[in-house]
Amino acid sequence: MPETATTFEVREVLDTARVIEIKGDITAASEDVLMDAYTRASESGVRAIVLSFAQLDYMNSGGIGLLVTLLVRAQRQRQRVLAYGLSDHYRQIFELTRLDEAVGIHDSEEDALAEVRR
Amino acid sequence: MRSEESWAKSVARLEVTDVPDGAVNINVEGRRLTSPIQGFGKMWQKTYQVRVPSDRVSATDLIATWKENFREFWPEGNHFYGALTGIAPGDVALLNMTLPGRMKLSTGVMVLYADDESFTLMTPQGHMFAGWITFSALEAEGDTVAQAQVLMRASDPIFEMGLAMGGHKQEDRFWQHTLTALAAHFGHAGEVDTKVVCVDKKRQWSKWRNVWHSAAIRSTLYTMGAPGRGVKRLFKRERAVA
Repeated sequence: MPETATTFEVREVLDTARVIEIKGDITAASEDVLMDAYTRASESGVRAIVLSFAQLDYMNSGGIGLLVTLLVRAQRQRQRVLAYGLSDHYRQIFELTRLDEAVGIHDSEEDALAEVRR
Repeated sequence: MRSEESWAKSVARLEVTDVPDGAVNINVEGRRLTSPIQGFGKMWQKTYQVRVPSDRVSATDLIATWKENFREFWPEGNHFYGALTGIAPGDVALLNMTLPGRMKLSTGVMVLYADDESFTLMTPQGHMFAGWITFSALEAEGDTVAQAQVLMRASDPIFEMGLAMGGHKQEDRFWQHTLTALAAHFGHAGEVDTKVVCVDKKRQWSKWRNVWHSAAIRSTLYTMGAPGRGVKRLFKRERAVA
């Protein structure tokens, strides 16, 4: 698997929710771009951050560490963090690292947004 | 190496397949892994770095050496009982450590992730902290930079108090010693750069019950029970002889 460039695009999906589209890899080297995307996504009134992993190429343990840090920042802002598009492998990694206990995991963007609206 | 095989397979509870001579296995078997999310105390990110000239060792060779000789670089009095072959994803290692006041602590770690450039150890319930330590290396400005980065919360209120009362300093000394020994292995007297960031000042009071699994309490009770176990063994032996 060759290393790919990483981008984090922010999409407004609801007044209170933003999706961060992850494209490429998440490693410790992604810290600045991921946190910049989180800052852009965290406008006032945003209560939920939805992470899209549908176009994730690769994540190592440094990447999981970044997600924990993002989660803490979101919790401080009283925001929920949800995720969708995880492959079976990364779903297992979320379970193994017990991130799934704090991040709501959904099959699709629609399911994640339905949870936000609830 | 970018492969799914770099990750440990999913496990609900830890299993110790082999207990080496001299190792104490009382706080690992059957325990769940814990990330910083399950911890009690403030969340910290501690980064320790040492630079070794690149002409002495490349980043991948440094990581290979570190994985193969992981236990050799630890301070005296602390034991890492892992696989003799080194560090591989899913391996469970027992740790027998000496804390301030000569207190013995038995705990363990699981290798969460390992590739050519890094490896990560994750802690089980009852460990001093909930979280993981990532060991990595990269090449920059003519040097190979070896790094140990801890992302953690103290597991329970007792360990949180212990960290505040000198535990943080002891942990800093532990990893500074380890990195200094690693650099010395490559013939370099490296100075360790330490950076500590409090990621979350809030304590997770809902997790105070983690104290039930405390390796400190259980290790102390185990040590206190040593004379009783000795007498029991003696009776067993006498009965077998009779």
